[in-house]
Parts: sequence; structure tokens; C-alpha cells
Amino acid sequence: MRLNRRTFLQISTLAGGGFALGLYHQPLAWAQRNRETPELEPQAFIHIARDGEVTIMARASESGQGMRTMFPMLIAEELDADWKHVRVQQAELNEKKYGPQFSGGSANTPTGWEPMRRVGAAGRMLLITAAAQTWGVPAAECTTEPGRVLHAASGRSAGYGDLADKAAALPAPALSSVTLKNPKDYRIIGKPLRGVDNHAIVTGTPLFGIDVQVPGMLYASIEKAPVFAGKVKTANIDQIKALPGVRHVLTIDGGITPAAYTPWEPGMEPGIAIVADTWWQAQQARRQLKVEWDLGPAATQSSDVIRTRAAELLKAAPANTLRKYGDVDAELKSAAKVVEATYEYPFIAHMTMEPQGATAHWKDGKLEMWSTSTLPVDGRGLVAKTLGIQESDITTHMVRSGGSFGRRLQNDYLVEAAWIAKQIDAPVKLLWSREDDIAHDGLRPGGTVGLKGGVNAAGKLVAWRHHLITFGDEKGTASGGGIGQDNYPSGFPPAYALYTSKQPLMLRTGAQRAPGDNAYCWVAQSFLDELAHAAGRDPLEFQLELLSNPRIPWNSGEHDAVGDHEPTGPSVLIPERFKGVLRLVAEKSGWAHRAKQAGRGMGIAAWFCHLGYFAEVAEVSVDAQNRVTVHKVWAAGDVGSQIINPTAAENMAFGGVIEGMSHLGQEITLADGRIQQTNFHQHPVMRMRQTPAVEVYWNKTDYSPTGLGEPTLPPVLPAITNAIFAATGKRIRTLPLQKSGFSFA
Amino acid sequence: MPLTLRINSATHTVDAAPDTPLLWVLRDVLHMTGTKYGCGKGLCGSCTVLVDGQPVRSCLTRVSSIGDSEITTIEGLSPDGLHPLQVAWETHDVPQCGYCQSGQIMAASALLSRNPHPTDAEIDTAMNGNLCRCGTYARIREAIHHAAGMTAQAK
Repeated sequence: MRLNRRTFLQISTLAGGGFALGLYHQPLAWAQRNRETPELEPQAFIHIARDGEVTIMARASESGQGMRTMFPMLIAEELDADWKHVRVQQAELNEKKYGPQFSGGSANTPTGWEPMRRVGAAGRMLLITAAAQTWGVPAAECTTEPGRVLHAASGRSAGYGDLADKAAALPAPALSSVTLKNPKDYRIIGKPLRGVDNHAIVTGTPLFGIDVQVPGMLYASIEKAPVFAGKVKTANIDQIKALPGVRHVLTIDGGITPAAYTPWEPGMEPGIAIVADTWWQAQQARRQLKVEWDLGPAATQSSDVIRTRAAELLKAAPANTLRKYGDVDAELKSAAKVVEATYEYPFIAHMTMEPQGATAHWKDGKLEMWSTSTLPVDGRGLVAKTLGIQESDITTHMVRSGGSFGRRLQNDYLVEAAWIAKQIDAPVKLLWSREDDIAHDGLRPGGTVGLKGGVNAAGKLVAWRHHLITFGDEKGTASGGGIGQDNYPSGFPPAYALYTSKQPLMLRTGAQRAPGDNAYCWVAQSFLDELAHAAGRDPLEFQLELLSNPRIPWNSGEHDAVGDHEPTGPSVLIPERFKGVLRLVAEKSGWAHRAKQAGRGMGIAAWFCHLGYFAEVAEVSVDAQNRVTVHKVWAAGDVGSQIINPTAAENMAFGGVIEGMSHLGQEITLADGRIQQTNFHQHPVMRMRQTPAVEVYWNKTDYSPTGLGEPTLPPVLPAITNAIFAATGKRIRTLPLQKSGFSFA
Repeated sequence: MPLTLRINSATHTVDAAPDTPLLWVLRDVLHMTGTKYGCGKGLCGSCTVLVDGQPVRSCLTRVSSIGDSEITTIEGLSPDGLHPLQVAWETHDVPQCGYCQSGQIMAASALLSRNPHPTDAEIDTAMNGNLCRCGTYARIREAIHHAAGMTAQAK
């Protein structure tokens, strides 16, 4: 039965999981909706000393994605500064002055590309105006060379340092009025420039959140329940207070009521904070702590129960229809070949090398925080709300962190540090142990996906039915567990259905690098590979053909159901860009001429997310014990017209590939509500000897540049599992690899 | 209890319980924060320092076990921050988040001391215990080769 009517459903996915989904699914729209967009002034970002030294403020947080280098590059380019004389200084949190100061959703490049260049161009205009006034010549006759203003007609020139005082006193031009350079004249953008903090990093200079030192500072460690939001009943607090170095022992009541749907920032977790002269003393005292916990309802959760429930939900009628067009069930009935499969992926943890922590100081009714948050304005809001203080009484210093991968978008550790600081009369540095960091991570939620696909006699994909079992209830979807109605290949098969069903989860989940996409790409690109093989087709040709289908328009009359979040602007997948990276990676990897040999194979996959397109090919070999060696990965990316900093861009792509490989081997499991893994030995990260050769290629297209933090990652997972299929004939439908009988060599 | 330590060619007297790991004496007592905490169990290598030239995990090394051995941390690897490894790390733009890199460099310096021209396989073996969550391994390998070449040229 074909229904030609529109049904606008209330999509609960977006009601609660909307934060993470919005940020990641449509980062530009999210950024514009949630942030102040002040008129930026060049003087806020650029300070020029009399000796010509240029200081540029970096507005975004740095956690390894290169923002402290890239944003200043954009400003320096249009300022026509000499990069050798540029110093970078970290801005404090002040979005009224600097505009958006978060780092998430690979959104910094698309949101900063235009405004940061305009800030630089406005600065250049001020310097030109200052020179023109000094010389009594028209500004239009003046030009610049790096660090100098020139007036060719009179042969005069002046260094930026000589013009700095005068320029700083001039009224700033409107950013919309300035002229930007022709890209062919770039001297900084497009050049490989090393990270501005590299020297500090290689010399061990204090730089990271954990390195913050405030005079008179104490150190804190928090013992929390082994189960999410478990509360303190009793503890031997007096005994702990008497231990060496211990200054304070504080009971945190917290404010979380575990429920089927756990929101993005559920609140402070209960526990006991120990504040001591050194962190080691606080940790030693923790070992003597005897706490009786009220573990609460989350203690009944286990991976086995979750898996059983997911299997039941998969058999039942789906609870939510996110998008449905064409008659999927009828097409599947009449298809020449039908493939049915269940894919499962686990919970995984972030494991940033620097565990979570923060430093805070409460003094005279004001709070000063040193924060590694990548969403610091939300952190400040959460702290104000939790502590009952005004945001205007909080100063936030933004400190470089030892990795985020999405973890530091949540601000739980920051609130804890601030809360402790308010109870005591000294600055305090909170540091989580590695064990704390795993046990209280904002996990990437696991998922189970039931798929049915059909191909016709000509080997063409005709129907795709997708049922995701995720977490939450009618109030919302667990953070990181939502899915967009346009999730690829939505819109391309002639008949399609995307359903979700949810089960309760009383656990903190969150955004992990390419959230949603890091799992959905693996599922969809693996299943496409299955269908291509079932159709007897080459997987690349099969996918290029699918991308050439007339796309079913959003809200067209074909729909039975469609969600209310229509993707717009650059969030809409452009098939030619998707095909472009597929063709490029195929060419570079020699896909068409790949050797067929037992135990060795190549796999291909591609994805569009966070406004970027990536296709990757992996070449693997598998030995008799099913140990997998990844020999080489070719990656082709399309993030628009410019690769702003090629060395950083390539590094991001390497990192995405290596992290994606790690995801294939990781799993967090629950028993009696407790996370079973405690440290790196149980949640492994790729090591040097497992590192494949990685080649990165760019398909530059005529679109505005977009970010690289995330889109490099997703395709490598299915590229590798598809390669394992090519090598062995065994299809991996369950992650981690170990659960499918494979492991990394 | 006061203990005397030789760190980066200087003598430090510190007051710390004898079972305190060297890592926390360096970081919280002496405020030498270049050496990083990553796991506390010797699993990640972020806290690698040299004791008499040998790489050790400072998170597992009791401060009382060191005696009069010479400790070298990232802060003392070179007087000017221009050790061949430091130069190579900057040249190859190795770091992403950068947190593990002081441990990586200390492990690499121990490798080059005993094997001035390691092969890829020898580098992989020596560096395999040092995790980089950002995945900068390929550039670490290149930087070690580069540093080995610089050291050879200087001789």
C-alpha cells in the first residue's frame, strides 16, 4: 500500500537527545541558534606591540584539534602579519567579546572561517588608515606586505609596530565592510604551520589543565559509588580526616534521580571528596574510606539484560518511525534477493590521556575556574546553577587539555571542582584517577540495529529497512544515541524506513568523536557491502549507483512519515561530493585492480558527517588465528575549497584512522550496574606496532571550508571490517572484533 | 620524612612519604609538571622518566627506591630545549593534544642512547608501551629517525 500523505510525527529523539544531535547533525544551525553573535572588534583579538610583535587571541579551547594555531592563522592572513612575529594568547571565556568559544561538532572551521578572517582584515584596515593619516595620503593608495604598510607612490613604508598606537585608537570598521584577500594571494592559509604550543609540549612546560598551579592550592579526589548516582549512606569520615595531609572530607549529596532517560548534564554525582596537601595523599586517604552506599535503581542494570531487551524490541513493532517512504515491506517481498542482518556495537569510553579534572578558587564571593571544557559557557552556566551563584561572579580561564574527543563537552568535573572550592578557603585542583575516568565517563552508547535490504534482478538496491534499538524513553533519547532522519542512505533507496525503539538507561552517556556517525557509518557501510556482494556487484560501483538515484525530497508526497528537522544548507548531503571522495580513494588505492588472495583483502567505505566527506580503503591480512593486521589505509576527504593548515589536517586524518581502529576493539560492559573495565589494559588503545601506513588525499571543491575533528573517523571502521570480509569471507556484524572471533595482531 | 633526590643534575630535598610514587613528588611537591599522569598502573607510558638513563614508569616507582640514582625528566632532557628529539618532534609537528609526548620523548631518548640508529621494527618494540590516544605514532616514528640522523651528523 503506497500512502501519498504527509505525517509529521513528534520525534522524541530530538526532544531530549537534541543537544548532541543538533550539535553534531547540524553544527552550523546549532551554533547560530545557541550562541550570542556579537559584532566582533579587531582590537579584542589583535594586539600589536611597538616592536612589531603581534599577539593574537585564540578564542576556542584547545584539546589537540589545532584551534590555537588555526584561528590565529585566519586572523594573521588577513591582517597580513608576519607569522614569525605572531604570538598566540588564549582568550578567557567572554563570548560577548570573542563570539562562540566552544569546540565541538567540527564546527570551529565553518563558524570561524569568515568572521576570523574579517577580524584580521579589519585590523589591517586600521593599520592602513593609521599610515594614511600619518602620511597624509589616501588609504586606497596604501598596500601591505607582511608586517608593513607601504605607499608605493611616495616610496614610504612603516612597520606595524610604528603604527600600533595610532591604529589602536581608531574606531573599528564594521566587519561586513572589509574586503577579504583573493585566495591566490594567501601567504599563511594553506601553508603547513606547526602547532603554536609544540615547543612548550616538547620541553614539558606547564600547559595542561592538570598542570595548573595556584598559590596555596590543595588537591582533591572524589570517591563515588560504583553505580551511577548511588548515594552515600554512611562513611568513616572522622577517621579519614585524621589521615596524613588530609584537610577536608566533604559529602556530596548530588542531585541526580536515576531515570530511564538520562539527560545530557544530569547533575552532580554524589560522593565523598577528600581534599589534601597533595593528590597522592588524597588518593591514599581514599583507600581507607569505608562507605555504605545506597546504590539505587541503576544497580540492576547489566549488559546481558540490555542485550536481551534489545533482541525483544527488535522482534516487536518499532516504537518510532523517523522516516518512511515507498512501500518497504512490499518491495522486500518482491525483491530478487533479500539480506537480513542484526548489527551490534558496544558502549565505549573516551579515555582521554589526561583524565578529567579542573581547578577552582572561591574567594570573596567570586569564583575563578581553570577549565579544560570544550563547552565552557555551558560549564559556567551549570556551575552558577548548581552553586546558586551569578554567572557574572565567575571567571573562566580556558586551559589546554590532554584530549577531549567529545568528553569535555560535558562539565561534570568542572562543577565538582567548583562545588568543593566553595566549601573550603583555598584554591583546589580536582583530578580524577584513570579508574574514576572510566567509571564516570559519558559513554558512547551501544546499539543494536535490525536491517533488511533488497536488490532486484538487475542487482540494484530497491529497499532498505532500518530499526535502531537505542536508549531512553518518551522524554528523550540518551545523549549520543539519537539518529537523524537523513542518516545515509536515507533518501537514496527507492523505498526506505528508519525506525527506533528505546530501552531505559540510567547512565551518563555523551558525545564521542563523530557521535552517532562513529557507529551508524559502520552499520550502514557494512550492510551496503553485504548487499553489493549479495547482488554480485563491486561495492564501489554499487554505492556510486545508489548515490546517482533521484533523491526522495524531504517531506515529499512519497512519505508515510518524516521528522520535523529538515536538514538545511551544508548539512544536506551532496551526492557529487560523496562520489568524489569515493572515486579519489578508489584511484589512489588501486581499488579496481586489487588482488584477490586468501587471507588478504581490501575494503571500502565512505561517510558524510559534520559537514565533511571522507572515503577510506583499508588493506588487511588475517592469519590462521583470525588476527588482523591493517597494512595500509588510504583516506580521501572533501572539506571544501581550502585545507587551512595541511600539517594539522593530515594529523587529524591520521588520528581519526587510528582512533577508529581503537573503536573496533573496545567495549564497556555493565554488571550489577557497575562498569567492568578499569584501565587501558581492559579498554585498549591502538599501539605503535599496530599503526598502518596512512595516506591522505584532498578533493578540493568549491565549498566553504569545514572541520576535520570528526569526519575522518567513521569510514575506517567499515573499511576494515569489509576488508576482513574480502580476506576471509566472514562478515563482522558484532563489535568489538573479539566478539566476532577476530582480534588485532 | 626528608629525602634527597638527584634530578636533572640538581639536588632536591623533599618531604614525602617513602611509598609516594616519584611521579607525584615531581608533580605536586617539586612542581615539575612535564611528567604526566595517565593511568597510575604502568600501562600508558605518559609518566616515563629516566633513572640512570633507563626508562621507568614514575607512577610505579616509589621515591624511596631511587637512592642516589640520577633522574632525568623532560625538563632536564636538554638545557635549551633543543635536544635532537625535541627539534625533530617540532619539525615533524608530532603533537595533537600533546599530553603523552613528554613520555614518548623520554622513551625515545632511552632508545637512541642504546641504539643510535633503530629500524622501524626496533622503534615499534621500544615505543610500544607508550600510548598516544590521538594516534600520532607515524610521526613519532619519523621524528625518531630524524633525530637519529641529526645525532649522527653532529658526530
